[in-house]
Amino acid sequence: MKLLFELSKDNRRLNLIPPCDVEQVQLDERHLRKEKLNLPQLSEVDLSRHYTELAKQAHGVNDGFYPLGSCTMKYNPRIDEEVAAHPNFLGLHPTQPIETVQGALEVLYQSKQLLCEITGMDDMSFQPAAGAHGEYAGLLLIRKYHQARNDEERVNIIVPDSAHGTNPASATMAGFKVINVPSNSEGGVDIEELKKVVGKDTAGLMLTNPNTLGLFDPNILEITEIIHEAGGLCYYDGANMNAIMGRVRPGDMGFDCIHLNLHKTFATPHGGGGPGSGPVGCKDFLKDFLPKPTVEKDSNGYHFETPKDSMGQVRSYYGNFDVVVKALTYIKSLGKEGIKEASGNAVLNANYMMNKLKKYYDVAYDQICMHEFVLTLEGLKHETGVSAMDIAKGLLDYGIHPPTMYFPLIVHEALMLEPTETESKETLDEACDVFIELHKMAHENPEHLHTAPHKCLIARPNEVDAARNPILRYVFKND
Amino acid sequence: MAGYVVNTKAEQKEMLESLGLNSLEDLYGVVPSKALLEELNIPEGKSELEVAQEMKKIAEKNVVFKHIFRGAGSYNHYIPSIVKSVTSKEEFLTSYTPYQAEISQGILQSIFEYQTQMCELTGLDVSNASIYDGASATAEAVFMVQERKRSDMLVVDTINPQVLETVKTYCESRNVNLVMVKSKDLSVDVDDLKEKLNDTVAGVVIQSPNYYGVIEDVEAVSCLAHEQGAKVILNTNPISLALLKNAKELACDICVAEGQPLGLPMSFGGPYLGIMTATQELMRKLPGRIVGQTVDANGDRAFVLTLQAREQHIRREKASSNVCSNEALCAMTASVYCAALGPDGLKQVASNCTSNAHYLAKELSKIDGFKLISDKEFFHEFLMSCPIKAEQLVSKLAEKGILAGEVIGEDILWCCTEMNNKAEMDYLVETIKEVL
Repeated sequence: MKLLFELSKDNRRLNLIPPCDVEQVQLDERHLRKEKLNLPQLSEVDLSRHYTELAKQAHGVNDGFYPLGSCTMKYNPRIDEEVAAHPNFLGLHPTQPIETVQGALEVLYQSKQLLCEITGMDDMSFQPAAGAHGEYAGLLLIRKYHQARNDEERVNIIVPDSAHGTNPASATMAGFKVINVPSNSEGGVDIEELKKVVGKDTAGLMLTNPNTLGLFDPNILEITEIIHEAGGLCYYDGANMNAIMGRVRPGDMGFDCIHLNLHKTFATPHGGGGPGSGPVGCKDFLKDFLPKPTVEKDSNGYHFETPKDSMGQVRSYYGNFDVVVKALTYIKSLGKEGIKEASGNAVLNANYMMNKLKKYYDVAYDQICMHEFVLTLEGLKHETGVSAMDIAKGLLDYGIHPPTMYFPLIVHEALMLEPTETESKETLDEACDVFIELHKMAHENPEHLHTAPHKCLIARPNEVDAARNPILRYVFKND
Repeated sequence: MAGYVVNTKAEQKEMLESLGLNSLEDLYGVVPSKALLEELNIPEGKSELEVAQEMKKIAEKNVVFKHIFRGAGSYNHYIPSIVKSVTSKEEFLTSYTPYQAEISQGILQSIFEYQTQMCELTGLDVSNASIYDGASATAEAVFMVQERKRSDMLVVDTINPQVLETVKTYCESRNVNLVMVKSKDLSVDVDDLKEKLNDTVAGVVIQSPNYYGVIEDVEAVSCLAHEQGAKVILNTNPISLALLKNAKELACDICVAEGQPLGLPMSFGGPYLGIMTATQELMRKLPGRIVGQTVDANGDRAFVLTLQAREQHIRREKASSNVCSNEALCAMTASVYCAALGPDGLKQVASNCTSNAHYLAKELSKIDGFKLISDKEFFHEFLMSCPIKAEQLVSKLAEKGILAGEVIGEDILWCCTEMNNKAEMDYLVETIKEVL
C-alpha cells in the first residue's frame, strides 16, 4: 500500500475553506515559518480510496472473532455511536456557561451514580483518559491520603507478579517503590509472602480480581484485610471487571479505590488504541482527594466542584467526555439484569471454550475460570517445536484475531483468551475447531506454522531490525 | 434477551451442561458468599428506542452556540466531511492496539503517516503515536527531560492553566521542583528567566502562541536554556505551525500540542489528542506507542510497533511511562485532517484565523473601554479589557446566541478561527454595542 506522501501530487487539493473576507494580516517576518511544509496534496477521492484500502488491512470486532485476553473486545453497539455523535454533545465548548451544559453534566453525574453502584464506590472522577491514566490517578489518591495523615513513610506499592505491566509502571510514576509478590500454586496471591512484605512502609496494594490468569482469588477478603491491618489501602484494577459486574463489587471485596476501563467493560470502541476512558472511583473517605473538578447536583441543577484536598488535574477539562456518553448509553440499555447477564455469559463463554480446548492444549490453571483463561504451549513447543507465537500467527489465516501472547509473564508460552459475551456458541465452536486443526498441524506440518501467516498482506515482520534501525517517519526525496 | 448477549437461554443451558453446571451462578462458586451481591440498585434495561429518546432528551438540555468566539484551549474549527467519514469506519473504530502487525497494517500505516505529518509540522525528528491530550503530553515531556543532577523545571507562567495544573500534579508525584517564570506584558520576562536558569534546571516549558494568544520569543528562551544545558519544551497550537516558526526553527528539544484543532470536535473537552515530537537524541525517552518501518520475511515494506523496550508491558516499573492505550483514532483524525487540507489549506486556515482575530481586535477597540492588554503580536487570540463586568457581558451575549471569549480576571480572551467571517464578527460588535 502506498503512503499518503507517495500519492501526493503538487497542486492537487480540496476546496474546503472560503477565502478570508477581511483584510489579510501580515505578521512580522521574524515570526514566520521558513521551512517547507511537506503535507500530502491529494484529492478527496484519493483520500477516500486510500483509507478504504487501509481499512481492509485492519481487524476490528466487526471483522471477526477477537479473543484478545485482558482487552474485552466485545461488540460496540451502534446506538452508542449515534448518541455520542449528537451535535449537542460534540459542539460544546468545555468552558461554556454552566446553565448551557446541564445535559453534559447530567451525563457525567448519572454515569457516576451508576458506576459507583456497580463498583461499590461512593464517588468518581472521569478525568483519566485511559486505564493506565486511571491507575495513576488512583495511586495519587493513595499518596494524598497518607500525606494528609502525615504518614509519609508509606512508600511501597505491592503488586502481584501476575499484574498488568501498567500497574508497576503507574506506581513508579506516582512516586512509589514497587514490591512484587509471587503467586501461589493456584494462581492467587501467596498469602504468606504477602504477610512478609506488608508493614509500616506499605502504601497500598494493586490488584486485579479476577487476575490476569482469569482466576478469581478466593482469599480476596483476607488479602484486603491484611493490607488494611498494615495501614495500607487497596486499589482495584478494573481491567477485568467484565467478569464480575452485577455479581460482586470491588467495594464489597475490601477495595478502597478503583479505575474502570469504559473501553473494555462498558463497550466503548478501542479505536485502534484509544480514545479510552479510565474513570477513578473511591470510597467516601478518599473523595476529598479526587481530581478536580467533580460534578455535583443541588436544587439549581448540576455544577462543578473542587474536592477539598484534590490531587489537582491529570489532564485538561473533564476527561474523554464523549466516550462517557457511549458508556452511559450502554449501561442504560443493559440495566441491572443485562449487566448480570453480560458478565455471566462472558464467564460461560470462556469456560465453554476452555473446556473444549483442554483436550488438546494445556490449561495453565485447570479450574473454573472467569471471563478469560490462559493456555500454556510449553508442552506443545517441546513436543513439536511450535510456539505460542506460531499458533497465534496460524490463527490469522483463519480470520481470527490471536489471543494475548506471552502474558501473564508467569506462564510460559502463554496464550490468553477472552471470548466475551457477545460471541455466539457457533463462533466459539468454529474457533475451537480452528485451534484443534492448528494443534494437528503442529504435529503434522510444523513448518507451515513457523512461517504463518500465509494469507495476510505481509508475512512476519522483522521486529528486531525495526528496533535496531528505527525508521519512524517517511523521508521526503527533496529533503 | 437483555443487552447484547448472543446465546439463547437454550444454548446457555446446553453450554452449562457441557460443564456439568446448572446455572450462571454456579460459575461464581469461588466468590466468598459474604461478598456476593444480591442485586444492583440501578434501573432495568431498556429498548434501543427508549434509550435513544432518553439520551436525546439529555442532549437537548445543552445549548450549542451559533457564534463562538472562545478558545483558551479548545477551538471551533471546520471539520471536513471526509475526516468524519474516514474515522467512523468500523474497522478503525473497533480494533485494538495493533499488536498483530500482519492483520493491522492499515492501522500501523496510518500511525506512521501521522508520525510523519507531526514531524513535518513541528520540524522535529521523531513523534510518538499520541498521548491523552496536550496537557498530559506536556507533563510527560517534563518527565522525559529529568536528569539526576537537575531537579528543577521552569515553566513560563503564560501557559494555559489547564496544562499548568496537569504539569503540577505530575511534578508533585515525582518530586520534580516546579519553578514559575514570571511574565511581563503577557509574555516571558527574560530577566526573570535568566535569574532562575542554572545548572540544576532540567528544562523550560514555554507555550507559544501562549495562553493569551501572544507569540513568544521562544528563540531567546531556547538560547538561554541551552547555555545552561537545559532542554526546551514548546507547547504550541498545531494550526499555528503552518504559519509560524516550528519547534526546530525555534531550537526546541520537544514539541507538544493539544491536537484538538486538527479535526476533532470540541465535545466538552474530550476525547482530545496529545501531540508529542522530539529530537533524535530523546527518541528512546518518548512515552507510549511508536510505529516503525521494517520489512517482512519476503522483504516487503511493513510497519510494526517498535522500540517497545521503553514500554510498561516489557519494562514494568522501569518503563519510560505507564501509557498503554493512547488516542489512536484521534491521531488518525488529525492525520486525515492534515492530508485533506494539505500544506496550502492548512496555511489558509492559520492565516484566516489570524486575519479574523486582528479584524475583530481592531473593531472591538473602536468601542469605549475595549483595549488590548498587550500590543505584542498575537496569533488568533487576544486579551482585552471590558468596560462592564466581564461575566455580565458574557451572559448578555449568551442570551443572543454568542459564546464570548474566556473571562480572565476583569478581561476577556477573545478567539477567532476560520469559522468566523466578517458578517459574524460585525454582528458580535453590533450586539456588544447594543447590550452595553
